[in-house]
Amino acid sequence: MATPAFPKKPAAKMNVTPVVYTVNDFEVSSYLPEIFRGVGVSMRHFFENTREMLRGQRPDPVLERYDDGITTISYPEQKRPYPERFRGVHRLTTRQDGSMRCVACLCCSTACPAQCIFIEAGEYPPGDERRGYERYPVKFVIDELRCIFCGYCVEACPCDAIRMDTGMHPVPYDSRDQFIYDRDLLLSLKGHGGTFETSNPRHEPGEPGYPGVTREHSH
Amino acid sequence: MTTTQLVWTFVKILVMVGFVLNWAGILTWADRRQSAMIQHRIGPNRAVVKIFGKEVRLFGLLHTAADGIKFFTKEDFMPPRADALLFMLAPIIAMGAVFALVAAIPFGDTICPSRLPANLSQIFAGPAVPRFGMCSADPKSSMHAIDLTVAPLDIGILYMFAIAGQGIIGAAIAGWSSDNKFSLMGALRAASQMVSYEVTLGMSLVGALMIYGTVRLDEMVRWQSEHAWGIFVQPLAFFVFFAASVAENKRIPFDLPEAESELVSGYFTEYAGMKFGMFYFAEYAEIVTGSMLLVTIFLGGWALPFLHRDGLTISFGSHEIAHVLVSHMWMILLGVITFFAKVIVVCAVQTFIRWTLPRFRYDQLMKLGWKILLPASLANILVTGVVYLVLDAAGPGVTEALKTAADVTGVIVWAALIYLIVRAMAGLFAPIVHRQTLLGSSADQARRRGGTKTEPMQA
Repeated sequence: MATPAFPKKPAAKMNVTPVVYTVNDFEVSSYLPEIFRGVGVSMRHFFENTREMLRGQRPDPVLERYDDGITTISYPEQKRPYPERFRGVHRLTTRQDGSMRCVACLCCSTACPAQCIFIEAGEYPPGDERRGYERYPVKFVIDELRCIFCGYCVEACPCDAIRMDTGMHPVPYDSRDQFIYDRDLLLSLKGHGGTFETSNPRHEPGEPGYPGVTREHSH
Repeated sequence: MTTTQLVWTFVKILVMVGFVLNWAGILTWADRRQSAMIQHRIGPNRAVVKIFGKEVRLFGLLHTAADGIKFFTKEDFMPPRADALLFMLAPIIAMGAVFALVAAIPFGDTICPSRLPANLSQIFAGPAVPRFGMCSADPKSSMHAIDLTVAPLDIGILYMFAIAGQGIIGAAIAGWSSDNKFSLMGALRAASQMVSYEVTLGMSLVGALMIYGTVRLDEMVRWQSEHAWGIFVQPLAFFVFFAASVAENKRIPFDLPEAESELVSGYFTEYAGMKFGMFYFAEYAEIVTGSMLLVTIFLGGWALPFLHRDGLTISFGSHEIAHVLVSHMWMILLGVITFFAKVIVVCAVQTFIRWTLPRFRYDQLMKLGWKILLPASLANILVTGVVYLVLDAAGPGVTEALKTAADVTGVIVWAALIYLIVRAMAGLFAPIVHRQTLLGSSADQARRRGGTKTEPMQA
């Protein structure tokens, strides 16, 4: 290159003195004191963690998660607890007498944005006291793969029949048809409290303690 | 060589090579487990063995075995245009150099079979051996003294220098024969790094050679047991030698030739299966052998302060305070265990340094080797020479003072050892305090349930 295209201008005069931030004394350039400090930090962490591992007193991964220490959760043997409102796989709830709460009103399937719920309603057999007042789902199928876990079905249900409080993920299955949960499977899942019923005791017609009007008694 | 000597040599090879191989395997595990403990993780613990249906994890030690199986069962691939002979020769040289290195390192004092009781069941109850003088016996007889070195060479350290140089060849021809530009760049970096630090390695030991007055490694250890450890006599040489041996081994912070994030694997990119396993293993074996050299030359080898061949002798200068006779076999055993314990500690320190320091950039590495460490080792030689001549020409009063100073360093070593052991025990049983932070509903839930701990898992 003969002459540069843009010759450098001389540097402008500054009226400030630049501050030198780098430290280059003997202690820094000999590396050793800083290496000792660093290795000391590593050793301190190593011995504290080994002590906790040997004594089986590792910090709790949720309660003490910001503590120094090994807070590793060994999934799948240990799982991190989910918040109360975590929306997992659906379940159908039961009343206190064991019958399902779902009355096949089709609110949830209407509300579902992913249209993953299919319900086929059926009448109670003649002679049943609930015939004419309620129906029951002959088929209640949810395709968990299509589900977007928005929770609209739970909000839409007037009977607190469908809930998403199982805390379970739909596990990776081998094929798509394994994600289709039918009524019996949905009935067999347990909720937060470990029961098939809902967490809130509902005072609904037919349940003991219902404070309102029924066919049997009226105020 | 008589049959007894042959048998003894075989036993010594078993001990030394067995220790290096096993400890290198354990080091591959320790690298991962120790790093996990430093970094607040658990580390690998999923290689399990099912005993009666129950999974046994063994702290992840089986991962080493799994690695071994993996290396054996992988396809032994050679790049099509690679130089076949050199490609196959490189891991052999790399591994052979490491194992040839342990031949000259003493792992214990000389055994005098003529002083041991003939009854093997009473071998620990025998008499103590006099502190000075070798046990004299006919070299041809079976009662000849047994040096606890595989090959007690008269050239000692010069053999070490020669063999360490062979490692360079292994790395260089590995990269060259791979027919891969990245491997070649890794080999270039490796060769130049190892050559530079080889010079420093040699120069840093000259000061020690001057003071010990011998190139034989077992004589060096005896000097250290009579006087002070090498680290007190030559502190600068200790650090320079340590840095140079870590660099020679291409270990972090000097692992640019391997440069896992830059050059894939550097000069052994093209190696697969057991050939890679040999390079990998040779690196860990060289940690062990480098530590052995460091321990032999600077940390007193198999000797502990105040413990000599006849037992415990606490003295300051020429005032003897205590003298306890211990039988010969106990002292031998103590020496062997001390040596291997020191090697293990130095390997652990190397692992800590590995997980603490960032990697040196190539120009920083070369600058450190040539412009800082080599002049430091040369200055060390100069100063050592001057001080040695001065002290040699000084009167007996100075010699007495030096002896007392040497015994004081022995006290320092014992005090440090005892303090560390007591501190470790106290720390192990100290109460553990954890800090709770309740943030979010899952933490609240967990607190109401009494914590997230499920049944204790194996580490």
